[in-house]
Amino acid sequence: MAVETKTPAPGTMATDDREMLISGSEACAEALTLADLDVVTAYPIRPYDTVMQAIAKKIANGQLEAEYIVAEGEHSQFEIVKHASTVGARVFCGSSGVGWMYAMECLTVTPPLRVPMVCMVGNRALDDPGAFGVEHNDALTVRDLGWLLIWVDTAQEMLDTTLLAYRIAEDRRVFLPIAISADGAFLTHSQAIVQVPTRAKVDKFLPPYNRGDLQLHPDNPITVAPQANEDWVIEIRRQNNEAMNRAYTVIEEAYADFRKTFGRGPENPWFEEYMTEDAEVILMGMGTISLPFKVGIRNMRAKGMKVGLIRPRWFRPFPTEKMVAALQGAKAIGVIDRDYSFGSPFGSGVVANEIRAAMYNADKRPPLLSFICGLGGREVTLEDVYKATDLCFEAAKSGKSPLKTQWLGVRE
Amino acid sequence: MAEVFANATQILEPFRGVKKVTIEEYFTSGHRTCQGCESALVMKLMVKAAGPRTIVLGATGCMYVANTTYYTTPWVVPWMHTQLGSSGSAALGTAAGLKALMKKGKMKSEPINVIAFCGDGGGADMGLGAISATLTHKEYNSLILMYDNESYANTDIQLSGSTPYGANTTFSPPGKVRRLIHTRWKKNTAAMLAAGHTECRYVGTVCASYAVEMMNKVRKALSIGGPTFIHSLDPCPKGWDYDPMLSHELGELAVECGVFPLYEVEDGVVRHYGKTKAIVEGRPRKPVREYLLKQGRFAHFTEEDLEYFQAKVDEMWNEWEIPGVIPFKKAPAGK
Ligand SMILES: Cc1ncc(C[n+]2csc(CCOP(=O)(O)OP(=O)(O)O)c2C)c(N)n1
Ligand code: SF4
Repeated sequence: MAVETKTPAPGTMATDDREMLISGSEACAEALTLADLDVVTAYPIRPYDTVMQAIAKKIANGQLEAEYIVAEGEHSQFEIVKHASTVGARVFCGSSGVGWMYAMECLTVTPPLRVPMVCMVGNRALDDPGAFGVEHNDALTVRDLGWLLIWVDTAQEMLDTTLLAYRIAEDRRVFLPIAISADGAFLTHSQAIVQVPTRAKVDKFLPPYNRGDLQLHPDNPITVAPQANEDWVIEIRRQNNEAMNRAYTVIEEAYADFRKTFGRGPENPWFEEYMTEDAEVILMGMGTISLPFKVGIRNMRAKGMKVGLIRPRWFRPFPTEKMVAALQGAKAIGVIDRDYSFGSPFGSGVVANEIRAAMYNADKRPPLLSFICGLGGREVTLEDVYKATDLCFEAAKSGKSPLKTQWLGVRE
Repeated sequence: MAEVFANATQILEPFRGVKKVTIEEYFTSGHRTCQGCESALVMKLMVKAAGPRTIVLGATGCMYVANTTYYTTPWVVPWMHTQLGSSGSAALGTAAGLKALMKKGKMKSEPINVIAFCGDGGGADMGLGAISATLTHKEYNSLILMYDNESYANTDIQLSGSTPYGANTTFSPPGKVRRLIHTRWKKNTAAMLAAGHTECRYVGTVCASYAVEMMNKVRKALSIGGPTFIHSLDPCPKGWDYDPMLSHELGELAVECGVFPLYEVEDGVVRHYGKTKAIVEGRPRKPVREYLLKQGRFAHFTEEDLEYFQAKVDEMWNEWEIPGVIPFKKAPAGK
């Protein structure tokens, strides 16, 4: 339940912001209300459904005027908003785990159709075996489909990122869908104090969605998505790729403008750096895994160990040059994946494979260690963090990376 | 003002005779369907009936693949592809998007027809759930038209839930040991949807052999408001294997033999049409063999197969509560 707190916290908060004690999902719903959503679809699956519960309440209370459609499955849910977006409506939907997979066909068609819809993935393990806890494989399935893909860490970041997502997706230079990944339970269900900006400020930051000459309307009788085959498909893929490339600039512009308008937000949109300046070992992990890692790093720093954390936000487009530059000073890198890629090089997780690929052309290629942990929502303990760090320091000393991927916190 | 619009539809009066039909075409040249393709005619008549302030969505199938080739289009009105199982969702999403924008003053208020079409594969099989869901969302105006060529035609004529008993398709070829691979009776899609969606105001069946009647049913479905459904039987020369010249005749035979009754269910009231009406009122049906034996897909049928087929059609007419519409048996007399 959302609780509005009376006393504004000192510090960064703009004077006209409201403060609310809300969960990550509720923060998303706040942002959607501020973004003046037009059409939203819902279908239950934990943990994502909490967003829809919050939206439904807002619509019931008259805080948001939108067409709210409870669909009969995820496939329909995504198709409904896809079509609503093509007539010019600002839309939202999402899912988790197997629900996201059930919509897979629809997820494949939105990028080439240049439908800038914003979706949330409440990350959840894929069945079977049934599990409600977080794993990142659901969202990662759109990795190669032309979606923009971002991981968030806090309820505040959830709200801010949702506003940013519309701004970026609906920029005509991009016009691609965005999936915002939020760790199931750890973020979707946990409450924190969130600064909620005024509608006036949001209106300044987020222009209305304008589909322009791509809008499906009797006044603009276009034929959308005809059959192309070998005549044109490669060109269409190429255009999708160019849009993805243009997203780099659009994302940086949007974050700069966000900071100007709201007085907060990261300097570096791409990833968060925590105690990395002089770090010999840099650990890396997406989403709420940052919490145990930050605590562990503080403890290790107190003992004089030079260790830091990089928390990637944007995964697509991937910030290759910036990431490589940030890793140049490290003597060893430890990538912690809350996902897996069975049978991939060295049996690593997806992020580790991605970082290895990015580092191939780097001047310095510090040893890279791959870890998998926290699957299915398993708690990531400080012991896990220490074990990973110790192995990284060993590799830093020897200059060699053990190629075998380590699974942390597993009953052997 | 905008609120008044919210559920308004275009009022499309019926065409009173073939000479009163408008000349304008909204589905023109630029397509490459087979010669004699009845479904292409259905597209043309459907959008002619709807008029220019219409958005058409088309599920994957012949009417997508053969009709819209990149850089050519026969569609004069806006048209968009949707996934094979998504005609229902496409209609709903488009209608909801328009409604939201008009209600909030982000788009000029006017009634715009939304039509989504699908083949029988996309409609009676894969997309049935989404169509069913859309027919329960009564606040959004749309028409879903299922053009039933009785197979997954575009992928090379495979059997669907709408393929007639025993038909030869690439997934049900007659063989030396098993002469009939496909022994399921065709789904009664329109009636199933009419029976199960009590607030859907209009479900109808059409056949383009009766073109004016077909167009008027489209006009009624679009005018009445809320989600509506039309099931059209479309002879397909390639899939049914007959001379393309015979498309109209086969459509007529399907009706005259009682295989495909023409009716509508408007606000719960059933009305039969044309030859079907005459049959309901006592005119004898033509034997189904006249219809079946004109088509290569039934060429392997034996006398027994023909008899079985006839018996099933007779059963529909003699035992169903409403001939050709609702497959619930009449209670035995005296009970
Ligand atoms: C999800 C999915 N599965 C399979 C296909 C392949 N496919 C393309 S067209 C088609 C046939 C559709 O049949 P129907 O809906 O009856 O339309 P018709 O081709 O007869 O006009 C199929 C199966 C597809 N496009 N999408
Ligand atoms: S296969 Fe049948 S439905 Fe498809 S274009 Fe040819 S005649 Fe028409």
